[in-house]
Amino acid sequence: MRYSGFRIIKEALTGNRGWQPAWRNPEPKPHYDFVIIGGGGHGLATAYYLAREFGKSRIAVLEKGWIGGGNVGRNTTIIRSNYLLDGNEPFYEFSLKLWEGLEQDINYNAMVSQRGVLNLMHSDAQRDAYTRRGNAMHLNGADAQLLDVAQVREMAPFLNFDNARFPIKGGLLQRRGGTVRHDAVAWGYARGADTRGVDIIQNCEVTGFRLVNGKVQGVETTRGYIGAKKIGCAVAGSSGALMAKADQRLPIESHVLQAFVTEGLKPTIKGVITFGAGHFYVSQSDKGGLVFGGDIDGYNSYAQRGNLPTVEDVCESGMALMPMIGRARLLRMWGGIMDMSMDGSPIIDKTDIEGLYFNGGWCYGGFKATPASGWCFAHLLATDTPHETATAYRFDRFRKGLMIDEKGVGAQPNLH
Amino acid sequence: MIINHPLLGPRDAQEFTYLGDASLIDRPDWSAEDANEQYYGYAYLRDNPAGLHRELWFHEQGDRSWLVVTRNTLTHEITRVELASDVARLAGRSR
Repeated sequence: MRYSGFRIIKEALTGNRGWQPAWRNPEPKPHYDFVIIGGGGHGLATAYYLAREFGKSRIAVLEKGWIGGGNVGRNTTIIRSNYLLDGNEPFYEFSLKLWEGLEQDINYNAMVSQRGVLNLMHSDAQRDAYTRRGNAMHLNGADAQLLDVAQVREMAPFLNFDNARFPIKGGLLQRRGGTVRHDAVAWGYARGADTRGVDIIQNCEVTGFRLVNGKVQGVETTRGYIGAKKIGCAVAGSSGALMAKADQRLPIESHVLQAFVTEGLKPTIKGVITFGAGHFYVSQSDKGGLVFGGDIDGYNSYAQRGNLPTVEDVCESGMALMPMIGRARLLRMWGGIMDMSMDGSPIIDKTDIEGLYFNGGWCYGGFKATPASGWCFAHLLATDTPHETATAYRFDRFRKGLMIDEKGVGAQPNLH
Repeated sequence: MIINHPLLGPRDAQEFTYLGDASLIDRPDWSAEDANEQYYGYAYLRDNPAGLHRELWFHEQGDRSWLVVTRNTLTHEITRVELASDVARLAGRSR
C-alpha cells in the first residue's frame, strides 16, 4: 500500500478500515541468500538497498528483540556531514544526500528536517580548525558556512556569549544538517524492505555461527538454524558479543552513551547547536522537548544505562552554553551501547571468515550514517567490493597504520 | 560506581581514569619474531566481553596507583579490586 495525502483522505472517509500492517511477521525459512543480523536502522537499510538497489532476493533480517528497539531508537537524531578527513567526509556527505531523498524513496514520513547544525567556536585556534574543516567539507561537495559572533547571536541570542572562560567567537554552520524522526527511519526501511520481499524476523537472536572449513554456512538462532550464502552483521553496540561467537576479536570496545530529553517547550532552538569547549549537543524535537547529550561514560559497558557523574558533566556543559536550560525539567534519560572503535571511525568490511561480513564500530555517530551504511554494506554484500565512499572502512587499516582518527587521540576508544 | 581500593577503601570511580582491558599489562616482547603481529593485537584488538571484565583503572585523583578491577559490563557490579602491580608480579613480572 502506498502512503499519500490522497490515501489519508480516502481512509478518513471510509472509517480507516483499509490500513494494513506496515510489514509482515513471517516464519523464518530454512535458507536464504542473504541474512542480515540486526534489525536496527543499519540492518534494515542494508536489506532495503540489497533488494531495491542491487536487485537481490531471498533476504532475511534477524532481530533479537523488536525492530528499532536498539540504537536507532536511542540516539539524539542528528544528521550532518561535517567531517574533516578524506576517509570519512565523502561517506557522510553521501549519507546526507540519501537523507535528502529518503522519504520519497521509501514512501514514508521520516520527518527529515534540515534545520542546520551549528558548531560553536570559542578560541582563535578553534576558528582555524573550523575554517579548515569547512574547506574540507566544500572540497567534498558538502555545504559549510563560517559565522562570526554577530551572525551566531542573531540565530541563537540565548547562548552565553560572554562566558569568561569560553566566550563564543562564532560558529561553523551546516545548513543541510538537521534532525530526523529516528523510529520512523527504522519503520520506513522495514516497510520498504518488506514490500520488496525481505523477511523481517523479530524475537530471533543469533546464538552461534555454523562454520565449515572457514566458510560460514548459516546461523543458529533462538528460532532454529537458518542457512545463508552470505551473512552480514549490523549490530553495532553488540558487535563484540556477537562476533565472539565466530571467534573474531575486533578493534572495538562497547561503551555506554547517555541522552536526555526535557519537558516540552515552545519553539526555542531552531537547529542543532554544539558546544565547542566541552562535549554537548542540543536540539529541539518536534514535540518541543530539548534533546541533548554529551560524552560517553568512558568504561566498557553493555548495560544500556549510565552513571550520574556523566549526567552532571553533561548538564554542566549545558549550563555553560545556555544557562536558560537550567529552567527546563529533565523528563527522560537513557543509555545506548556504542561500538567504540580504535580510531573513532566505522568498519564496513569482509571478515576472515568467507561469507561473513561486518558492519560496525560506529562509535556514537551511527544514526546519521544509516542510509549510506545500508547502501555501502549492501554494495559489499552484493558485489564483494567496497562502495567508493567506504573504501577506507577496512579492518586492516589498524594493521597498516591507516587510521581515520578525526580527533587524533589514538587507540583509546573511550576518548573518541 | 564505587571502587573498593585495596589500600584506601571505597572510593568514587570519578577519582579514577579508565584505560581498558587488563591484558594491556602484558606488553609483548618487542624483539620477538612476530612482534609486529603481536603488537597489532595488543594495541588494537579487544575481547570486549558482555559479562565479567578485568580492566585497568588509574587512581589519578588519589594515590596514583593502577588497579585491576573485575567488573560486570552488563550490571556495572564490581566484584574484585587488585593492585595492578600485584597482578603483574603474580604473572612473573619483576615490578
